[in-house]
Amino acid sequence: MPEQPPPHEPERAVAGTGMGGAMDLGAREASTLEGAPGGPESTGPVALRSSAASGGRARSLWSDAWRDLRRNPVFLVSALVICFLVVIAIRPSLIAPGNPLTCDLARAQDGPAPGHPFGFDGQGCDVYTRTVHGARASVTVGVCATLGVALLGSVLGGLAGYFGGASDALLSRATDIFFAIPVVLGGLVLLSVVTSNTVWPVVGFIVLLGWPQIFRIARGSVIAAKQQDYVQAARALGASHSRILLRHIAPNAVAPVIVVATIALGTYIALEATLSYLGVGLKPPSVSWGIDISAASPYVRNAPHALLWPAGALAITVLAFIMLGDAVRDALDPRLR
Amino acid sequence: MAEPILEVRGLVKHYPLTRGVLFKKQIGEVRAVDGVDFTLDRGETLGIVGESGCGKSTVAKTLCNLERPTAGEIRYRGEDITRLSGKALKAVRRNIQMVFQDPYTSLNPRMTVGDIIGEPYEIHPEVAPKGDRHRKVRELLDVVGLDPEYVNRYPHQFSGGQRQRIGIARALALRPEIVVADEPVSALDVSVQAQVINLMERLQTEFELSYVFIAHDLSVVRHISDRVGVMYLGRIVEIGTDEQIYEHPTHPYTQALLSAVPVPDPDARERRERIILSGDVPSPTDIPSGCRFRTRCWKARERCALEVPPLAVPAEFRYDTGPQVHDSACHFAAERQVVPPRERDAGGDSSTRAH
Amino acid sequence: MLLEVRDLRVEFRTRDGVVHAVNGVTCEVDAGETLAVLGESGSGKSVTAQAIMGILDIPPGRIGGGQVLFRGTDLLTLKEEERRRIRGAEMAMIFQDSLSALNPVMTVGAQLGEMFTVHRGMSRKDARARAVELMDRVRIPAASQRVRDYPHQFSGGMRQRIMIAMALALEPALIIADEPTTALDVTVQAQVMDLLAELRSEYGMGLLLITHDLGVVADVADRIAVMYAGRIVESAPVHDIYKAPAHPYTRGLLDSIPRLDHKGRELYAIRGLPPNLQAIPPGCAFHPRCPLARDVCRKDVPPLYEVSGTRTSACHFWRECLDGRADS
Repeated sequence: MPEQPPPHEPERAVAGTGMGGAMDLGAREASTLEGAPGGPESTGPVALRSSAASGGRARSLWSDAWRDLRRNPVFLVSALVICFLVVIAIRPSLIAPGNPLTCDLARAQDGPAPGHPFGFDGQGCDVYTRTVHGARASVTVGVCATLGVALLGSVLGGLAGYFGGASDALLSRATDIFFAIPVVLGGLVLLSVVTSNTVWPVVGFIVLLGWPQIFRIARGSVIAAKQQDYVQAARALGASHSRILLRHIAPNAVAPVIVVATIALGTYIALEATLSYLGVGLKPPSVSWGIDISAASPYVRNAPHALLWPAGALAITVLAFIMLGDAVRDALDPRLR
Repeated sequence: MAEPILEVRGLVKHYPLTRGVLFKKQIGEVRAVDGVDFTLDRGETLGIVGESGCGKSTVAKTLCNLERPTAGEIRYRGEDITRLSGKALKAVRRNIQMVFQDPYTSLNPRMTVGDIIGEPYEIHPEVAPKGDRHRKVRELLDVVGLDPEYVNRYPHQFSGGQRQRIGIARALALRPEIVVADEPVSALDVSVQAQVINLMERLQTEFELSYVFIAHDLSVVRHISDRVGVMYLGRIVEIGTDEQIYEHPTHPYTQALLSAVPVPDPDARERRERIILSGDVPSPTDIPSGCRFRTRCWKARERCALEVPPLAVPAEFRYDTGPQVHDSACHFAAERQVVPPRERDAGGDSSTRAH
Repeated sequence: MLLEVRDLRVEFRTRDGVVHAVNGVTCEVDAGETLAVLGESGSGKSVTAQAIMGILDIPPGRIGGGQVLFRGTDLLTLKEEERRRIRGAEMAMIFQDSLSALNPVMTVGAQLGEMFTVHRGMSRKDARARAVELMDRVRIPAASQRVRDYPHQFSGGMRQRIMIAMALALEPALIIADEPTTALDVTVQAQVMDLLAELRSEYGMGLLLITHDLGVVADVADRIAVMYAGRIVESAPVHDIYKAPAHPYTRGLLDSIPRLDHKGRELYAIRGLPPNLQAIPPGCAFHPRCPLARDVCRKDVPPLYEVSGTRTSACHFWRECLDGRADS
């Protein structure tokens, strides 16, 4: 730190030049970019981007966001992938007419063969059929658990952050308790008493343990948004709580929730796999990527294809959701347009 | 003209200081506003000046019902509005609107300008029928000097001064009678600041508005205000017309404040008398007894620690007439001229030139 | 001459293009003199100060050309090691935001003392004693006790005094103060400005004061340089400029501020907006907002005309402006 006049200048230099210099300018840009000084008084921003086309009917954030998304290749690709996944989750027989439970031990661990493009797994089941059919369980768990977590967490978090007070204090302490529960251990204990072999107990368990994460994020960003002057301005106009929450706070607080939820979606699919591996999630004869991955892992040296196909499907699914979340978040921020 | 539209009596806003998470224990309070009285006449501009932490922004928030006062009354057309709720409160809000300081945080970044200025009509649908709103929004943009074609732009596409115009348009949408402006120009550059001040003055005549103009810049406040109140630590210490306050101040704090303002005239350097106050403003959690200014006042005596000076015409001026006779909360009020009178023929004085 | 800046150019590479922040600044500061660089936000005044001090972030910043001569040596040609030795000991800087410029987890005594242990090799005990001395010097009450306090325990005015103490510690020849009182209240601002002016004359330092406040400038400056769109458009002794500005921008600024000493009529407002630094208008950057603008202003960049021995103006029509015909 030596030889610096005010010894702590380096920090300042970061804050000062990174922000003071370039950002001072950055802020300036924001205000002057469009401000080609025009005629007297009228001097307004000159249209920089075509999306700022003037006149016409009034537009809203959501319609602008949709226009933006339709032109975003990242969104288009990820939406296409997700649509495809949803379709095969609903009707897997469309592209894989076989029965995933029909296996022939004699062909165990065999490589690709005509009619069986992905080869066979350790039980001699067709990997292609199982991978396609496994989408249903993974997508259902991922999507439903994420929806449940996001809804529960953001509604509770939003209300707690907005209204504050005793219920906020109580809920916040409750999240601390949930955070203290080890997920896998909790799953072993709670799910071992469940006898139903469907995805719903798993979904319910993930929602139960997952909501505090979104709660904290939603609460924090609502509190930050609540203190902005535009919320005060809406209050001064006489806006109701629901209008303030839905029009002013939610659009400004939703971005971190979307990001965390899409990342969480991937981890929930993985969690389903983990629980299935431990024998408390889905159990055979159910079909899921998690079951297949865990089943294939002991003989990965001999038959890597049995692991790679379901794992690849899992990775592509998770990636598609994360990219979708990213695109939606960006579209909802007009400053990035 | 001299009909009061707003009367504030004994306004108090204390914020409790608490400790503990679930079981909160009060350990003190911040006395942000601690007994403020003033009236606002129809069509006039009342300026409120003071340094940071004096409570002027809290006054603005209570006037707009954004904070509920701990005690005291705010009478709008004779009716106390501090305890209103529901429909009655919504009706009052139509008539008292606010312009905020920071043009960057006072507009929702995710709404178009048209939505921002049109929102008042959605909240108060009785003001404008649905089909009329779009036209009204465009009219308002025109009124504040922006191109009506900008309705579909987002706030970040505008400069600070233009954003402040949007904020003003939003405040005017419901045709309020009173506009409370909290530091509306202090975030703007000098050249843009003048544009916004001129706009506010023009709109005042055009829409017959009464302004409560809160700022820390004494020159700006003098320029725009008919009357001025000086706040210190949650109270108004002196109030009067702009001439009374700026040319005949009788409260030592006002005198110190005025003398400290840098004047854009290098010749005044030698002519001016500077009162440099010692120390800092005490914390609003621990306000001195008696006169709250006494800890920094060069006139303070024993009496100042014991008796709270009332905001009234000081006893020594009781039989006088003249501009020094106005409300001043000081036991030892005395006139002292600290702003050198303007030299009319001075070459550097340019603001009287015709443009 | 203590500091001479010659045709300094700084630009920033950003995603959206090149921002021309400083476009040929030329100015001088003599020992014992206060030069105020006056400008609005985005005029390039802070970037100029950072470039002189050598604390510009490179990249995205880039020195596009020019010289910064400190006692005759061009600082821009020195190695970082050599520049660092000059910073602090020879030239020091005071920032606007004292809370973020001081280290929050070190006591102010330790931060002040560090100047002496590092630069002068003093023992910690002696350094502590010098720190108390310095805090006394900038009139912080009860300095010997407060030396153990952390920055957040001081008020804004007191923190700014500590910043001044830190800048003064090694008795530099030049102090650069970037908006030193902007964050402070007027009564505190007066205290700090007075202190700064007094210490400057006592130590005989040069002071480069960066500010947007025409009032502060009139109070303390000897000479003024007015910046617009990264250029110095007018430079003159303080009395001359307030009496009769020789550039329409300066004139517009002076006319647009409300006055304390009389109520005044409608304010003069410079029309339009400050320029976009990525697309500075051709010719004179001020021409779209200027009441005097003619064809030549749209084509030719005005050179620095010599108005008198001590004054310059970058306006083709500085004579008319000086005569007060700018308002027509």
